[in-house]
Amino acid sequence: MGKKLLIHNEHVAGIHTYEVYRQMGGYASVEKAIKTMTPDQVTDEVKKSGLRGRGGAGFPTGLKWSFLAKPEGVPRYLVCNADESEPGTFKDRYLMEKIPHALIEGMITSSYALGANTSYIYIRGEYFYVARILETAIQEAYTNGWLGKNILGSNYSLDLYVQVGAGAYICGEETALLESLEGKRGNPRIKPPFPAVAGLYGAPTVVNNVETIAAVVPIVNNGGEEYAKIGVGKSTGTKLISASGHINKPGVYEIELGIPVEEFIYSEEYCGGIRNGKKLKAVVAGGSSVPILPTELILKTAKGEPRLMTYESLSDGGFITGTMLGSGGFIAMDEDTSIVKNLFTFARFYHHESCGQCSPCREGTGWMEKILKKFMNGTANEADVDLLWDIQSKIEGKTICPLGEAAAWPVAAAIRHFKQEFIDIAKSKKFVDVSHYNRLNKTKEAV
Amino acid sequence: MSGQVHGAQHFDAKKRAELKFSDAAMETVQTIIKRYPEGKHKSAVIPILHIAQAEFDGWLSPESMDYVASILNIKPIEVFEVASFYSMFNLKPVGKCTLEVCRTSSCWLCGAEDIVKYIEKKLNIKDGETSADGMFTLKTVECLGSCGTAPMLQCGASFHENLTYDKVDKIIADYKSEGKRKSYTDLDYKNTL
Repeated sequence: MGKKLLIHNEHVAGIHTYEVYRQMGGYASVEKAIKTMTPDQVTDEVKKSGLRGRGGAGFPTGLKWSFLAKPEGVPRYLVCNADESEPGTFKDRYLMEKIPHALIEGMITSSYALGANTSYIYIRGEYFYVARILETAIQEAYTNGWLGKNILGSNYSLDLYVQVGAGAYICGEETALLESLEGKRGNPRIKPPFPAVAGLYGAPTVVNNVETIAAVVPIVNNGGEEYAKIGVGKSTGTKLISASGHINKPGVYEIELGIPVEEFIYSEEYCGGIRNGKKLKAVVAGGSSVPILPTELILKTAKGEPRLMTYESLSDGGFITGTMLGSGGFIAMDEDTSIVKNLFTFARFYHHESCGQCSPCREGTGWMEKILKKFMNGTANEADVDLLWDIQSKIEGKTICPLGEAAAWPVAAAIRHFKQEFIDIAKSKKFVDVSHYNRLNKTKEAV
Repeated sequence: MSGQVHGAQHFDAKKRAELKFSDAAMETVQTIIKRYPEGKHKSAVIPILHIAQAEFDGWLSPESMDYVASILNIKPIEVFEVASFYSMFNLKPVGKCTLEVCRTSSCWLCGAEDIVKYIEKKLNIKDGETSADGMFTLKTVECLGSCGTAPMLQCGASFHENLTYDKVDKIIADYKSEGKRKSYTDLDYKNTL
């Protein structure tokens, strides 16, 4: 069994309540930080831990914190990014729903480190019921003296609020999130200035993912060095992986970074292998944006070494033969899956979610969906494969925010590794989708 | 002015004059506005639009957007540009229960298309349409973060997961017999995890 730091108490009855969470040692990090540490000491522990942003980008959290500008007389904000919308990712929802106080505790300890006296949790609107769970937990935290004025008798005060979104993937991009929190359309801002200098209401702001903030709790409790002992190289600690698709045991798993991908897919502790006795065809390892890899490349690198669940190992080989850990949205597809159809669902998604500010993304995502639709209805020809390649190559690096890249990368990878599938559809002039058959536990005849 | 910013949609001044949040909703609105620093109350626009949609028949009419603008003391166009950006806001009337079926990768891999077809046939409507009795609207949506429990649909605040045809039958029968409008802000969500 791997070590768990975030959801080790997931099966304790009543862990969503304050009483049980506290009995299990909850809020110790707040006590330790406020009573025995300076804010900078907390930041130092986070630096020592090697923790990297768990939302997808993997940027070192301690470093991000240290960029926060601290001008006199100007408020600073911590904003939690709970806008989890990357297809294949549902770990934050699981954590917030099961153990809401883990996030609240992390928010208090982190806000103390950053000197924020007002913090927000921005949660996607579809998770409205999770927002209720968080609000209940926040109320409990206020009642028990962990939030509000002079926490634990110190000079430190903090107010924490939940803000709901209203359906927009783009609000997971941190500056779009801040725009949305200010009551505007979720259009990403041009950077610089970065939020660390001019963020929410123009004030210095740190935006961190739910899992990142929750990880601050064990880091402060056990020390950054202890946290850094888990994992491999620059991939320290544990990571929540959302496992979905054609596996026997879909769900959220906390892994020690560094376990082999093969073990994650096939061991009983995790995904339990591919369902219905089928063979694995491909994996999207870190949410819809990261390159899809065929079985041979997800299990082993191009050099023939076992692929590990780490930032470095998954990206070994760059985008030619590698991928990314991303958000940890791990989607497995069996041998019957149409890679082209799966890509179509991604392309439709990005077209739907493009905010429309930058032409390469707004127009490019639309054209990619349109061309893939031709494959779906059997009217595509072989030249369309090249056209698709051409369009995706003209988006990357030409947009304000990374949504453009996120839309282009899956297209590039699908063509790179599964070009023959596109050509076969174009040649035969028909697309037969067998891949979704027998997926449902059908109790009635198909329509 | 209000009528103009909403383009072709008719603006009914009489209907606008009659709009008013319930006392409970108004109390929530006041609590929400206090969450932000002095002068930053525009931040409340999304939470208040959710309330407006729940209070006023499940969609945001030009009149309700104008009403929200008046509460926040901002221009109606500022409300409309937000309302038109986010997919959870309906700018046209919808049925009492909107069945939002996720169609993105993991849900598709696990049979979401079959679920959509089944609902289409059962309710005799297509994606985006509302049933003749005004009870159900079917809408396919992008990833709702239920990939491990696919296929799924959302109705109001409730997530219905690991769907089968039998489950869909039960969901529809339950909503039908209840006969109530379902909103994202409902408290009676079904906890499925």
